[in-house]
Amino acid sequence: MNRGRRRSSVIAVLPMYLFTLAFVLGPLIYMLFLSFESRSGQWGVTADFTLRNYTRIAEPLFMKTFWNSTKLALISTVFVLLIGYPFGYFMARLSKKWRSVCMLLLIIPFWTSALMRLYGWIIFFRANGVLDTLLMKIGLIDRPLKLLYSYPSVVVGMVYVLLPFMIYSVYASAEKLDWRLVEAARDLGASRFGAFRTVSLPLTAPGIFSGVILTFVPSMGLYFLADILGGNKTILVGNLIYEQLMKIHDWPFAAAISVVLLLLTSIFLFAYRRITKSDLEGLV
Amino acid sequence: MKKRMGLPKAYLVFLLLAMYLPIVLVVIYSFNVSKLSSVWTGTTLNWYRALFRDRDMFEALRNSLVLATVSSCAAAVIGTLGAFGASRVKLPFSGSMEYLSMLPIMIPEIILGMVFLAFFSLIGLPFGMTTLIIAHTAFNIPYVFLMVKARLAGFDNSLYDAARDLGAGEVRTFLDITLPLIFPAILSGMLLSFAMSFDDVIISVFVTGVNTNTLPIKIYSQIKTGVTPKTNALCSLLFAATVLLGFLSVIASRGGKRQKNKKTEE
Repeated sequence: MNRGRRRSSVIAVLPMYLFTLAFVLGPLIYMLFLSFESRSGQWGVTADFTLRNYTRIAEPLFMKTFWNSTKLALISTVFVLLIGYPFGYFMARLSKKWRSVCMLLLIIPFWTSALMRLYGWIIFFRANGVLDTLLMKIGLIDRPLKLLYSYPSVVVGMVYVLLPFMIYSVYASAEKLDWRLVEAARDLGASRFGAFRTVSLPLTAPGIFSGVILTFVPSMGLYFLADILGGNKTILVGNLIYEQLMKIHDWPFAAAISVVLLLLTSIFLFAYRRITKSDLEGLV
Repeated sequence: MKKRMGLPKAYLVFLLLAMYLPIVLVVIYSFNVSKLSSVWTGTTLNWYRALFRDRDMFEALRNSLVLATVSSCAAAVIGTLGAFGASRVKLPFSGSMEYLSMLPIMIPEIILGMVFLAFFSLIGLPFGMTTLIIAHTAFNIPYVFLMVKARLAGFDNSLYDAARDLGAGEVRTFLDITLPLIFPAILSGMLLSFAMSFDDVIISVFVTGVNTNTLPIKIYSQIKTGVTPKTNALCSLLFAATVLLGFLSVIASRGGKRQKNKKTEE
């Protein structure tokens, strides 16, 4: 029986492993190869071995994009943490019924097309749009702010799109928190904030970690967001890859940028796994 | 301890309102008479009528539905079997294989788009529905896998052993015992991956063919080139569909929880 069980289990995992080898590992290995090749002609690629694509990334123009993208990702992550942490934390303190209502209300926008939600922000931010009209009506400003296609509107869009990931992560660990520990700390004389700092915060730290990873990693690649809300400026590494692939057709260079981006994000993922020793919490 | 929840509750409500603000704006402006979404000139249903006359839009909708259905079903089969097998047998390389299988949802989507574009043109696969389905299946498998895996972690093996002792074969046991118990997890994984696939623009842009449009790709190009309230109307209808899907998934996961509770009571 044991052998039959083993055999059937192997047969069960086989499709997934084969699919992964063919369509995840295969493409990734090809990307690595491609990044050492050089471009030829309009579309083509020559099979040789060169490090030129990597040395090109070190050029100021491209380094600047990497730096700006990282900066934007960091800024967004900080905002997402500051806004999302209290939400996830407070949500975990609600009664069971209200928690599930809250979860449903969160899931719906999260499942709604990101494009549609960003488009809503365009309506909100555009010159003479909802925000401008509102602010002019109450007399705060006397001419349109023209916030669309500016840095702040990109940050707002970024924070908005990535916020649910943080909320889920924090909520997942705050939900497991034993509130009696907080009570005990309070009974022993800790202040409200003291109890939070010494009990709740360390216990929800894994949620913060996974939230930060889940926010930071995708934020480097959301090229369509920077495209829609930021105008046609190349702000993100994602836009750089997109341009090199679809407009300039320099695939080897795009591959090299992707390899570097992958390495950067792997460092984060690796650090995360070492610190928490778990899969991404609250991911699904 | 007295819970002081006034301020926290206000915060929750405020943030939820902020999350719905852009959606509400899109829906409101879908009824606007004026073509420019900055001025309000009255209500009309014309944009919805125009939408229903748009052939391309229906074509894109059909593509998106086919793509999301096929890729989420394929992911459901592959991911469920994978999680089931992985929970029962430890192969020497299964740890790294599992990590690799989860990569598609852990790395930035644009990298996935880039590698698929390069790889598909290397192996000479024509870009279109086939490439879209493969790419979407790749990032849908992890969702199903993780959900089913979590469900199997609390799985009572004695049920399985009992069925086997009573003479049921491996396949029969899986179909009669395991599958019904993990079904809610499969269903919610499938719904989630359906939603992800239906919404994806980053990866789709890279792997689609010239003649194959999905709804997100169409909306994306409209937002870039110039929107009419017809786009708002389309988005509003999609939103309504999402709300419906959200409720369905809640009902599905309720069913799962009820089953779980019943099991612990026994």
